[in-house]
Amino acid sequence: MKSNILPVALSAAFGLAAMTAASASTLEEVKERGTLNCGVSTGLAGFSQIDDAGDWQGFDVAVCRAVAAAVLDDPSAVQFVPTTGKTRFTALASGEIDMLARNTTWTFSRDADLKFTFIGVNYYDGQGFMVPKELGVESAKELDGATVCIQTGTTTELNLADYFRKNNMSYEPVPIETNTEARQNYLAGACDVYTTDASGLAASRSSFENPADHVILPEIISKEPLGPLVRHGDNEWEDIVRWTLNSLIIAEEKGITAANADEKKAASTAPGADTEIARLLGAEGEYGAMVGLDNEFALRAIKAVGNYGELFSQNLGEDTKIGLARGLNAQWTDGGLLYAPPFR
Amino acid sequence: MTKDSSIAFVLKEPKEAEPAPIATTGALAWTRENLFSSRLNTALTILSLLFLAWMIPGLVQWTFVDAVWFANSIDECRQLSPGGACWAVITARFDQFMFGFYPEELRWRPVLAFVLLGVALLPVLWDAVPARKQLFFFSAIYPLVAFALLWGDGFIFERVNSSDFGGFLLTMIIGVTGISFSLPIGVLLALGRNSNLPFIKLICVTFIEFIRGVPLITLLFVASTLLNYLLPPGTNFDIILRVLIMVTLFASAYMAEVIRGGLAALSKGQYEAADALGLTYWQSMYLIILPQALKISIPGIVNTFIGLFKDTTLVSVIGLLDPLGIIQPILADSTWNGLVVELYAFVGLVFFVFCFAMSRYSMYLERKLSAGDRH
Amino acid sequence: MSVATYSPEEKFRLGMLWTDSRYRSTTIQIIALFIVMLLGAYLINNIITNLAALGKDFNFSFLFEPAYYDINQRLIEYNSRSPHWMAAVVGILNTLLVAVLGCILATIIGVIAGVLRLSKNFVISRLMSVYIEVVRNIPLLLQILLLYAIFIEVLPRPRASEPMLDGMVVATNRGFYIPSLVLGETGWIVVATFLASLAAIWGFRRWAHKRQEETGQITPVFLISLAIFLVPTTVVFFALGSPISLETPELKGFNYQGGIHLRNSLVALWLALSIYTGAFIAEIVRSGIQAISKGQTEAAYALGLRPNRTMNLVILPQALRVIIPPLISQFLNLTKNSSLAIAVGYMDVTGTLGGITLNQTGREMECVLLLMAFYLTVSLTISAVMNKYNASVKLKER
Repeated sequence: MKSNILPVALSAAFGLAAMTAASASTLEEVKERGTLNCGVSTGLAGFSQIDDAGDWQGFDVAVCRAVAAAVLDDPSAVQFVPTTGKTRFTALASGEIDMLARNTTWTFSRDADLKFTFIGVNYYDGQGFMVPKELGVESAKELDGATVCIQTGTTTELNLADYFRKNNMSYEPVPIETNTEARQNYLAGACDVYTTDASGLAASRSSFENPADHVILPEIISKEPLGPLVRHGDNEWEDIVRWTLNSLIIAEEKGITAANADEKKAASTAPGADTEIARLLGAEGEYGAMVGLDNEFALRAIKAVGNYGELFSQNLGEDTKIGLARGLNAQWTDGGLLYAPPFR
Repeated sequence: MTKDSSIAFVLKEPKEAEPAPIATTGALAWTRENLFSSRLNTALTILSLLFLAWMIPGLVQWTFVDAVWFANSIDECRQLSPGGACWAVITARFDQFMFGFYPEELRWRPVLAFVLLGVALLPVLWDAVPARKQLFFFSAIYPLVAFALLWGDGFIFERVNSSDFGGFLLTMIIGVTGISFSLPIGVLLALGRNSNLPFIKLICVTFIEFIRGVPLITLLFVASTLLNYLLPPGTNFDIILRVLIMVTLFASAYMAEVIRGGLAALSKGQYEAADALGLTYWQSMYLIILPQALKISIPGIVNTFIGLFKDTTLVSVIGLLDPLGIIQPILADSTWNGLVVELYAFVGLVFFVFCFAMSRYSMYLERKLSAGDRH
Repeated sequence: MSVATYSPEEKFRLGMLWTDSRYRSTTIQIIALFIVMLLGAYLINNIITNLAALGKDFNFSFLFEPAYYDINQRLIEYNSRSPHWMAAVVGILNTLLVAVLGCILATIIGVIAGVLRLSKNFVISRLMSVYIEVVRNIPLLLQILLLYAIFIEVLPRPRASEPMLDGMVVATNRGFYIPSLVLGETGWIVVATFLASLAAIWGFRRWAHKRQEETGQITPVFLISLAIFLVPTTVVFFALGSPISLETPELKGFNYQGGIHLRNSLVALWLALSIYTGAFIAEIVRSGIQAISKGQTEAAYALGLRPNRTMNLVILPQALRVIIPPLISQFLNLTKNSSLAIAVGYMDVTGTLGGITLNQTGREMECVLLLMAFYLTVSLTISAVMNKYNASVKLKER
């Protein structure tokens, strides 16, 4: 009895009706709300950033948009919630956001102890070091005694402690809350070394005035599989996010782009065409219904943001300021690690 | 002998007139009296004048003379004037500083809410306003009006999401809400703390001492990480609302102590007289005690408001985009990377203007009220 | 004579619980107790359900697991293999360090500014009021961030820095380096001598005071104290062949090594807290001095006391009674405000226990509760001391 009265009394007392009951499944909730709440980084060039018009752009942002397109048929129906290393997990656990796409490393304890589910890997990364060229450092092994800027609340902090300990070197950590402040400290010379995921280093370096004055050391000291994550317990929602990401990867493998997706769908029912394309784009089978959506969810996602390769080249690739090579993030057919399970 | 017996010395001729005394009025005398009255004073004066002579020209040069007001990037600023302030970043991002990411076409709504706030404050701040009663009624319903305007009610006004709120808009929301809700709660807590019912007193003392004993930032951590645990499963509060709740609780505890000071300053005779008239507890509080106690506590109340207003900046630590928080994305933007002082100086100036005005207002009230006491 | 019948034992009715003032207060309290218990039960019930729904539990065993992260400024032995509770202790010590340093500097700044604000010197008193008004009306967090940013942007990098004062002090954008004392083998004897002479000065002053009370003879306290302070320590120091030496910072590799490293985060936080709190203390000092009526000074002069004695024996003791309670509550504020350290990466207890530990373990509830408990303990301890003091200096009224 009391558990029925008190919430009402409480919300009445605060005079504001901003409480929403979240007992429904995440999918229903998102549909009812009409927007997807997606947690992203407060600002990391290439992954999530705000352009001058105030719109969010980037590789992680695109994953949010793809899910929004798949579920709500509108890639702009996303409410982006900027999160810091500290607030990201509580935001997800508390239900403030429906999914988190914030270059987050998949680790055992985050999966098991923090009760989240990583739905896949959208970027294979590893922790590296960046130093100014003028220091003349060529290997991370020469960093004994250096002052290192790190972002707190991340796995990099722990990897760093392990690495220096293992190599019997000393260092002076400068713990910093956000990537922005870290960059400010590094550029001002308040630390010798900036360490974070290699992609993040490249992204940061790209925004420097003279990127050529800084080198990224060859050592990669950890595995950092970065991926979007959702809360434990809602398997349907988990499947939706997972297969939206997988669709983008499969689309690249099959040569489906944002521009030719409709054509490919039309052509897929022709005799002799690739039936996986037909299934993926909703020309055949009832695959969307299995996750509570319609059959064209993957088609919409691909049309909204493009396939994985397009995303990569638009946001991170060699033609952008960030200039990352595909490397580990190439399709398995090209010797990379991207290997989406079959759409069947 | 004659010498000994001579009684007095008599002046044979008039003494020469002494020079006129050094002026005790006028600029020169004032200077001597106030600036060079002793060796130490002279030294202090010269030191501080030197300090000013060293500070002010450079500061003026940097702030005004060499400053760049309009440019598209920091590089452009530096080209136009290498040694001056680059205020262009403020003019370029002015809207974000004011409204955060509030939808551009809807920005008339917060502006209207702000104007209406002025109307709502009028009867509170100025007692000679015409139609004060009617205006008071408006002040009472203002929170609902402001809420409908800012967040939208879904019927007349389009809804706006909390994560779009930012800049000084957010500061105003948190500050004004905290201020207006903490006053009544603070009064109740203060009365409770002075109550002769031991259990009620215990509750109030525990609450007040607990809140005052921990830093605001830990309470904000509670808002951002723990508040959801305290609510029934599945309820999900908006982060701004959670912050508002914690900030209000925080301010109420301080408010309660200020009002308790006011209650303590009243003479015991006032309580006894009220009792002697046969007034009930609430009647005597409402009619006799509180009007006097609140009047005494006004300076303290305004100081609490100022403190609360400044403390709203702490929400940037938990990731809200208040003026300090909104500086972060600007620093991250490569077009403006490298500007720091300009951004902080602008935000600091705005805060200074608000807080200084409030503290002057409190001094004015203090003088007015103490003048009232005299007759 | 008929006496009005009066029944002393009125029948108790249920309605009297509310209408009879003898019972009403008890009723209200029982209702309040009931509501509080209900609310408590409701909240605890919610916590339990929520934790269960997230599959989490509530226990503190994580405190004994290795922290895996490093802390740059540590006053006790700590490394990345130390447990989380050690990290919390390192943080607590850092909080206390900056709080104590801040209180000292803030008092100095505040007293100077407060006295100068009252000075007749127009320029100086105006300058002080500008300082007080500007600093008091700008958010502290902004001041901390600004100071930190200035340190980083304006001071030179270690390699470009010039040691000052004969290589003793270096200012870099990573912090300030000052010399540290290195005790040689017999160094402890010098330290012991020094402590002994401090004790001797204290004893001598008591003796001199007592003698003056008894015989009226005045002993030249200052000069003798100074002699006791300097001579034995110096003699022992040189007799043992200078066993205490200064270690000055030297540029080695990436950074300066040796000496004491005051990190920018510490210095920025310390200065900002002191400047901010100093402005408040200045106002307290000013109003404390102004609170003493002029008649006190005049009365003291009339008794023939010299100005400095008037200050020491008449004005200050009275002013301090007004000044000290708000001063201590400013110290308390400073300690609580030191939690803003998190904004500049100073590893205080909010940074370790409430920051990295909370993040890495995901134990929000446990960490925040411990954090609050720490600050609450500090606050309550200081308030208890303050109440003791207030009671002891209270005007004895009859």
